[in-house]
Amino acid sequence: MCTTTGFIIETVIKLLVILLVFSALAGFATYIERKVLAFMQRRLGPMNVGPYGILQVLADGIKLFSKEDIVPQNSVKPIFKIAPIIAAASAFTAMAAIPFLPEFTIFGHTVQPIVADINVGVLYVLGVMAIGMYAPLLAGMASSNKWSLLGAARTVIQFLSFEVVTGLSIIAPLMMVGSLSLIDINDYQAGGMQNWLIWSQPIAFILFLLSGYAETNRTPFDLLEHEAEIVSGYATEYSGMRWGLFFIGEYANMFTVAFLVSIIFLGGYNPWGFIPGGIAILLKVSFFIFLFLWVRAAWPHVRPDQLMWLFWKVLMPIAVVNILITGLLLM
Amino acid sequence: MDLTNYNNRDISKDYRYVKVDPIPTTPWEKFKRVVKRTFSCELFVGLWIVFREMIKFNIHTVQYPAEKLPISPRYRAIHKLLRLMESGNERCIGCGLCEKICIANCIRMDTKIDENSRKAVTEYTINFGRCIFCGYCAEVCPELAIVHGGDYENASEQRAHFALKEDMLTPIDIFKAGKQKEFPGFGALSKNADENVKKTPLAY
Repeated sequence: MCTTTGFIIETVIKLLVILLVFSALAGFATYIERKVLAFMQRRLGPMNVGPYGILQVLADGIKLFSKEDIVPQNSVKPIFKIAPIIAAASAFTAMAAIPFLPEFTIFGHTVQPIVADINVGVLYVLGVMAIGMYAPLLAGMASSNKWSLLGAARTVIQFLSFEVVTGLSIIAPLMMVGSLSLIDINDYQAGGMQNWLIWSQPIAFILFLLSGYAETNRTPFDLLEHEAEIVSGYATEYSGMRWGLFFIGEYANMFTVAFLVSIIFLGGYNPWGFIPGGIAILLKVSFFIFLFLWVRAAWPHVRPDQLMWLFWKVLMPIAVVNILITGLLLM
Repeated sequence: MDLTNYNNRDISKDYRYVKVDPIPTTPWEKFKRVVKRTFSCELFVGLWIVFREMIKFNIHTVQYPAEKLPISPRYRAIHKLLRLMESGNERCIGCGLCEKICIANCIRMDTKIDENSRKAVTEYTINFGRCIFCGYCAEVCPELAIVHGGDYENASEQRAHFALKEDMLTPIDIFKAGKQKEFPGFGALSKNADENVKKTPLAY
């Protein structure tokens, strides 16, 4: 009885911490994104709210919360209202199976910083993140706006394109590890930098990173809300906090993908030389978040047909060949 | 401010011609282009360029309300009425040329004969809702009295602000402090104006 209660309390605390930390990080990431993009384009970015504009996040939050909540007249209202909740909820639900840090002890109590160590961790994370694509799809179809509808159509083609590559690219490292649990994958790479899966699976790493960019709708694959072509895509009719939920979902997904790539390919939270594991994984995740912004500053978008060409005709065959070669070498 | 940079319109010496590869037509050529672009790491060149700019930190932002860019002396913003250098009297002689030439029909003036039987300007207004800032009034003014100033921040509660005579005329205390600037722009005298003046032969 006591252990069950303790487990429930511990899990609830973990849930709250993850929810609060990643909501705050999502807000802070928007500030970092604006600053990094600005520096790369020889601008200063936000400067006026607080020292170096650091309170801009707060100002934006207040603005989002106090905006009028507009639901368009001809929209399908229940679906229009539920779509942003799907975006944020699926992004946070996906984090349940991710071990964020190594085990640590606090007040004599050993904490595993993972909500649920299920044995199909990778499958669960990818599945729930894929459910998140329903949010732009439903939002776009319910908005009764042609830009939104185009955004929704692009969601479908993007989903059909990247999801195949995500699955196929991750099979090769999973074959080597022999487990779907992210903790097992992490432990497989223990013992230094030479054991990282990126050295044995560099192609799978690149493929998974590319489909991660497609999964989070980031440049160069942000067809869903391509400003120059379809105004704001599926989010055209959204304002205020509903739009904010989409935003939080997108940034939470960025963190999920960054954690996944760091854990699966870059040794996760194993100690890295003299750097302890907890700091090592934070460094890796920070680099991948920076890479997301860096790529956004540098690269142009692709067209929908280029996206389908890339994923179906180039990346999928490479992924299949990668699985074949890995299988032959493992035999 | 030196005007040579404003007068030099020929920028063709800075032109650079970008070499463009021929567009591939056959599938084999397209494939070759994809392979070439993939393995020459063109994407990483793009990444390097933006990263280099971030490291250099050569910021071009002007933080507007705190910092302002210098504007050209020929910039045509809100008008000013100037005073005579020596006496401090108004330069405007009430000839009405600006009122006549104004193509937006926005200048109105009222004059009277004052006690010294000179023509005095009692009212002078410009309707800035109509003014198109063409600069004809400054160009036509024989006394360099109505000129364009550099005040481009003309947000106000009232449309009539800036537009009355007392708003445009140089205040007497600023004039006495020697802060009235001569107008170098539209309709102003050129630097070698003195050389161009032919002295009137005075026979009497």
